[in-house]
Amino acid sequence: MEINRSQDVGIEKSGFTEASGEVIVPHMKILVIEDDLEAAAYMTKAFREAGIVVDHASDGDSGLFMGSENAYDVLVIDRMLPRRDGLSVISELRKRGVNTPVLILSALGQVDDRVTGLRAGGDDYLPKPYAFSELLARVEVLGRRKGTPEQDMVYRVGDLELDRLSHEVKRAGKEILLQPREFRLLEYLMKNAGQVVTRTMLLENVWDYHFDPQTNVIDVHVSRLRSKIEKDFDKPLLKTIRGAGYMIKDEA
Amino acid sequence: MKRFFNRLRLMFRSTAVRLSGLYIILFALCAAFLVFYVTAMSERLLAQQTRQNLQEEINDINRAYNRGGMNLLLRMLDHRTRQPGANLYVIAGLNGEMLAGNVASVQPGVLETMGWTEMPFTYEPYSESPRPGRHMAIANVQQLDNGLRLMIGRDLGDPSRFRYIVRQALMVALTIMGVGALIIWFGIGRNALKRIDRMSAASQKIMAGDLSQRLPVGRSGDEFDRLSDSLNAMLGRIEKLNEGLRQVSDNIAHDLKTPLTRLRNKVADALGENDDTVRRNALEGIIGESDQLIRTFNALLMISRVEAGSIAAEMSPVELSAISADCAELYEPVADEAGLALTTEIEPGLTVNGNRELIGQAIFNLIDNAIKYAAEADGEPKIVVKLAKAADGLRLSVCDNGPGIPASKRDEVKKRFVRLDESRSKPGTGLGLSLVEAVMELHGGTLELSATNGDDAAVPGLTVTMVFPVVKG
Repeated sequence: MEINRSQDVGIEKSGFTEASGEVIVPHMKILVIEDDLEAAAYMTKAFREAGIVVDHASDGDSGLFMGSENAYDVLVIDRMLPRRDGLSVISELRKRGVNTPVLILSALGQVDDRVTGLRAGGDDYLPKPYAFSELLARVEVLGRRKGTPEQDMVYRVGDLELDRLSHEVKRAGKEILLQPREFRLLEYLMKNAGQVVTRTMLLENVWDYHFDPQTNVIDVHVSRLRSKIEKDFDKPLLKTIRGAGYMIKDEA
Repeated sequence: MKRFFNRLRLMFRSTAVRLSGLYIILFALCAAFLVFYVTAMSERLLAQQTRQNLQEEINDINRAYNRGGMNLLLRMLDHRTRQPGANLYVIAGLNGEMLAGNVASVQPGVLETMGWTEMPFTYEPYSESPRPGRHMAIANVQQLDNGLRLMIGRDLGDPSRFRYIVRQALMVALTIMGVGALIIWFGIGRNALKRIDRMSAASQKIMAGDLSQRLPVGRSGDEFDRLSDSLNAMLGRIEKLNEGLRQVSDNIAHDLKTPLTRLRNKVADALGENDDTVRRNALEGIIGESDQLIRTFNALLMISRVEAGSIAAEMSPVELSAISADCAELYEPVADEAGLALTTEIEPGLTVNGNRELIGQAIFNLIDNAIKYAAEADGEPKIVVKLAKAADGLRLSVCDNGPGIPASKRDEVKKRFVRLDESRSKPGTGLGLSLVEAVMELHGGTLELSATNGDDAAVPGLTVTMVFPVVKG
């Protein structure tokens, strides 16, 4: 069993650098269960640079042990593991009452694999090969999910308000009219305010299709939305994160 | 000689020879059983008949004795013994000593038991001529009311000769049959062996890599020929798949070499760069380039997964109308931005048995293509997404009024990595339509390419139609 226990690297390193150069500091502790040591080393290093505390287990049994003994914010589990495969680790954890969000990594990467993965109790699914920015964005969203009360009826970012019940969007008290899809797009962005969401995540959560949007389809939708919520206002809220995706955040 | 034995040994290893050998043995056993059964049965029948005849005679003699007493009996026996082929008649005393008759001696004990003799017994006939020999007979012994015993019997010389003849005949027939079977067996075995030799010689060549080899097929249409035929069909399929595989790997090698070379050059440039911003930009370009490569690989993987049919398990009734509307809605702003009008003519409520993700991705690919190429259209470029029920199934079309594809090249573009010269300058992997076609194949449907405005129009446009079979029930 190989366990890499990281130091808490604190805040001097960052994952995403916005255009403005501001540093985002997520603070969470995750467990990576991955048997490919090279991939694991790369992942661990990159997560640490993003300010995330990472433990690593290199097989299913030790992963299960560590996952059930320690409190993690997110578990990143490879599907194919020696000694106990990823899906069985997840279902065993769930059986033991461990409800830590799980992100499944898979080289299989097909629609039906995703379905079986999610059925086994996974919360998100990322096929290999993936960009690390995609993995990081998803881990951060998963880690934050615990704290985000789903029952919040109104999301607020700066002076922008979104009422999930009445489907009203207001900025500085002024109503903004959105198409249903634009509303859902904004809703998802605001639910994960302060977090990077990737184009794939948007396609998954707003349109419910799970593949890599190869062209700029998502960008066009986002830029339409952006023009609606920012056009008559000074302060930009919806930012493009280069090489990763989008984030809605109040600059104040 | 040694070769002959070798060959014989080989032959005995062949299934045909073993099977026919087994049949011959079984047949021989059956035949032997038959011979004994037939002879035993006929013997029994004869014995029964003999007894019946004897019984009649006994009745006659008993009647004569009752009417005329011992005198008439003796006269009658005397008369009967003189007839040719006479039965056996013995009159014996109280202790079984023979008093009169045409028998010299009988097996001891026969005269002591009354009634029918259980088994044939041996006796010696009384005769003047020195014709020796012991004969077999069956007989009935009865006690007359004066205490004397009367034995009336029949010689079995005839039945045993009959048995002998039947057995002889059957044996001869069996021998002839057996020899014949052996010869035919040898012939069949040799023939089968030869054909199998030819087949294994051909398979050895195939195994050595010559996939164009075929197994020899005779004209008789027997099971060997049928086996060869289906093996040949299988070989044909393997050859085709192999050919496809080779073509794909050639394509991959060719089409991935270009971006890899580009990638390498960019890395080299970035390494040689001193200015941080320029280097950063170069590195970002490299990431973009590798992302494109990864996409190409993913698309390839996806196509082969779909083609292998491993996704088939996740099929369920899905609303095609909703999927097409989703896709059109997703692409509408993109089309708008590109200066195209994207409209829909979707019949609501149409469902197929399928995989929503794959169908969605296929439609995305088609609309994406349409946007890429329709933008070149003269006049007002437009795209229409249509879904309607037709006689042959549900027809989902993406129509554009771009330059279209000449009829002669429409099959070509479905192949992997094929991009017509006119489109080389545009971004894309050359895998879009291949995936759509694979998805349609998985759904049991077809993919049709046609000209939106007719082939003769100045701007023919392209209509790509996915034809889904209708769900029953």
